[in-house]
Formats: sequence, structure tokens, C-alpha cells
Amino acid sequence: MIAFELVLLAFLIVCAISACLTKNLFSTVIIFMSYSSVMCIIWLLLRSPDLAITEAAVGAGVTSILFFITLKNVKQLKEEDEENNEEK
Amino acid sequence: MKKNNWFSKIIKFVNGEVSFDFKEKEKEVRRDTTHIEKSLLQRFVEWHDASGFKVFRNFYAAASVVIAMCIIGVLITTVSYMPAYGEFSNPVNNEVTERYIEKGMEETGAVNIIAGVILDYRAFDTFGESCVLFVASCSVMMLMRKDKKGKSEEVFTAYDPKRDTIVKGVAKIIVPFNLMLGIYVVLNGHLSPGGGFSGGAIMGASLILFSSAFGYKKVSKILTEKVVKTVTFISLTFYAFAKGYSFFTGANHIPSGIPTGTPGDIISAGLILPLNIAVGLVVTMTMYSFYALFTREEI
Repeated sequence: MIAFELVLLAFLIVCAISACLTKNLFSTVIIFMSYSSVMCIIWLLLRSPDLAITEAAVGAGVTSILFFITLKNVKQLKEEDEENNEEK
Repeated sequence: MKKNNWFSKIIKFVNGEVSFDFKEKEKEVRRDTTHIEKSLLQRFVEWHDASGFKVFRNFYAAASVVIAMCIIGVLITTVSYMPAYGEFSNPVNNEVTERYIEKGMEETGAVNIIAGVILDYRAFDTFGESCVLFVASCSVMMLMRKDKKGKSEEVFTAYDPKRDTIVKGVAKIIVPFNLMLGIYVVLNGHLSPGGGFSGGAIMGASLILFSSAFGYKKVSKILTEKVVKTVTFISLTFYAFAKGYSFFTGANHIPSGIPTGTPGDIISAGLILPLNIAVGLVVTMTMYSFYALFTREEI
């Protein structure tokens, strides 16, 4: 079990650093999402299921949706839009 | 020579012979300063274009590292002053925790002690949280709501992937169960992990999924701006009055008349269940209104 926890914590650190260093904002948000879901499992292992539920719903769900919408509003998801226009 | 000139002028002015023109003088001075400023500004711009930006970047990086190290040092020294883990005289071992754990179920009637703490002993904290959410949604509404001369209809429908069959199919299966899970988490907040905030977030997320899959028009048949505002307001007012009453009676040692019921039943734990429902409604409305305001700038 301790090995599992260590793997999760290492993944957490890697996620946190790579979310800062990634230049593509879209993948930054995806990494942030995975950070939140791993954090949720860690909350469960720390025996606080209340926080785990909240983390899963808010951290991985609503926050990243709001990030995506914000990125779309400030036109940082440009490449995807162009592809869509070409498809149309 | 000049001094004499000034002196005589001032004497004449005091005597009322000459009206001293301050404005002209000011203008002259201004002209001078603007001239100097301009050249300074130009020089600054030139320096900035040439090498200043690089210098500023380097300075910025160094300063950020230094500030971060200072904050880390302050925090670590503060932590080193905290009592060691597992000591008997720690604040962790004082009577508050003991009381929560030993008498929490008896006094609040909630099996989930966390719900008992956050909605009974420390209920005003949760009230503050919901008020913060309300204020946040109000300010988002002020900032993001569309003007009457705003964008055309195309912009608002641009976020509805109507042709996306994958999203539609997944949403059709997931949304009912998701909503049900949210309602379960809210209603069982005093029995199992969860509570108003997490259940409300789940319900809000499922509403967001529904509106992004099937278009906002279906959701806005039920959830108009008026409904959102009214529900939030009523829940917050109910919370404030119910908890105010309970705290008032508790502080004055008057029996509040709210039965705690048998722990383990759905309808038990006194005020915790209705308070959970109120918080859940506030959070659901806030989450959905955030999404709606961010995408199409109205609810």
C-alpha cells in the first residue's frame, strides 16, 4: 500500500511541475484535471471521503470546464477552432 | 541683475501696480518639464527596446526566486515553532476534538461526524462559504452579463455541439444517474460521506453536462435567472434564520424544540438535513450559473 501511495505522490509532483512547464494551455488544463483526480484518490487513502467527493466534483469537473470555457473565450484554443472551420 | 528684477516685480505686485501672471509662468515651466520628460521617455524607450526587456526579465526571474525563497523560509520557520507530533499537551488532544468524537452523534444526531461538525457545531462557517459562493456568482453576473447591444445569437449557440452524437449519447446515459447521485449525496449527508457542497457540485456538473449536450434552451425552460436568484436567496435566508434560531437557543440554554431523532434514519439529525439541502441548492445554482454566464453571458 505504501508503494502505491508513493507512486501516486510522485505522479502528483510530476503533474504539478509539468502543468507549470507545458506551453500548450489545453494540455495544461488536462494535466491539472489528472492532478485533481489523483489528489482525490489520495484523499480517499487519507480516510477523508468527504474531501475526495468534493475534489472529484469541483477540482476535476467544474473547474476544468470553466478553464476550457475561459480559454475558448480568450481565444487560446485557436488551433482547434481552425481545424473545425476547415472541417465545415 | 535678475534678482533685482524679481524683487522689484514682487514689490510692484504687492503694491498692486502689476498683476502677476502666474499662468504664463506655469506654462513656461510646464513646457520645460515636458521637454525634459520627452527626451527622458524617448531615451527610456530606446533603452527598453535595445536591452531593457532582457534586463527586466532577468531581474524579474531573480526577484521571483528570492521572494519565493523568503516565503518558504518564513513558512518553514513558522512550522518549526509548532508543537511536535503526538505530544500530550498538543491542541489536537484538547477537549474539543474529544467532545466532537465522543458526544457528536449523541448531540447532533448525525452518523457522519463531519456533517455534524460543519453543519451543527461550526454551522456559521458553512454559512459564510455559501455566502461567498453567492457573492461570487453575483460578481460573475455583473462582469459577464451581456449588454443589450451585445453579441449576436451565433456566439451563444457556438458552444452547443448539436451534431456531436458521442456527447449526446453519453449524456443521455450519465446525466440521470449523475443527478440521482448528487441528490443521494445531499440527502444522505448526515449518514454517509458527502453533504451539501459536494452533492451540489455533482448536481451542478451534471446540469452543465446536460446543457452542453442538448443545448441551453432545454435547461433554461426551468432554470431562468429569476429562478436561480430566488432559490439562492430563499436557501440562504432559510439557512441564516434556522441556524440563528438554533444558535440563539443553544447559547441561552433554552430547549430549541428540534428533535434529533434516532441516528441512522434519513429524517434525523435535526437541522442538518434541511441545511444540507439549502447548501446543495445554492451550490448547484452557482455552478450552473457560472457555466451559463461564461458561455453565453446570461442565465
